[in-house]
Amino acid sequence: MNFAFGSPALDAASRLMTPFILMFGAYVVMHGHDSPGGGFQGGVIIAACVILVRLVRGRAGGWNLSPETALALTCAGVGIFVGVGLLGPIFGGNFLDYAALPLSLKAGEVRAVGSLAIEIGVALTVTGVLTLVFDALVEARNDG
Amino acid sequence: MTLSLEPLAVVFLTLMIACAVAVLSVRDLLAAVVVFGTFSFFSATYFAVLGAVDVALTEAAVGGAITAVFFVTAIFRTDRGAD
Repeated sequence: MNFAFGSPALDAASRLMTPFILMFGAYVVMHGHDSPGGGFQGGVIIAACVILVRLVRGRAGGWNLSPETALALTCAGVGIFVGVGLLGPIFGGNFLDYAALPLSLKAGEVRAVGSLAIEIGVALTVTGVLTLVFDALVEARNDG
Repeated sequence: MTLSLEPLAVVFLTLMIACAVAVLSVRDLLAAVVVFGTFSFFSATYFAVLGAVDVALTEAAVGGAITAVFFVTAIFRTDRGAD
């Protein structure tokens, strides 16, 4: 196994921690509407996991999440936010009006689904942007 | 309720002030970043003690993890001046 700048101990520790960090990030995103957390916090936790893997194993071990893919994730997150927000005016409500969504659920459940979609978009955007910032810093270091 | 929280608040505020003074007085920039991370975690714990768990989660994730990594990257990116 080839270690660019990590060590076996760091590699083993990051392998052990990565699934739990990702699971906690997904938990924070999905339970953000009725408990502490939300899209931003969960996105930051997921981005911290991506950055941890990149610190230990380099970009090759970072799930091939290239800057272009990260930028696409960012734009997709913004698109999800705006798209779900525009579903409100389309179905006769206000912008980000979850209650107007035509779902055969109870009112509270419709709000939960709407805010979950919004938070997934926010989490994608935050993860992509933080990964992009880290990549930009590292790339600048390698150039100079 | 407020009275029972005050000793903890005093403890964490004192630790935060000590960490802030240490950040400014330490010469090594890497050490300053590490102490700044502990400052972030103490303030996150203080927010959690105050009941602002949401803010504490954000502070721990952003201030403790992401900002420290970015600062270390920026330190390796820049040169140390003649001092």
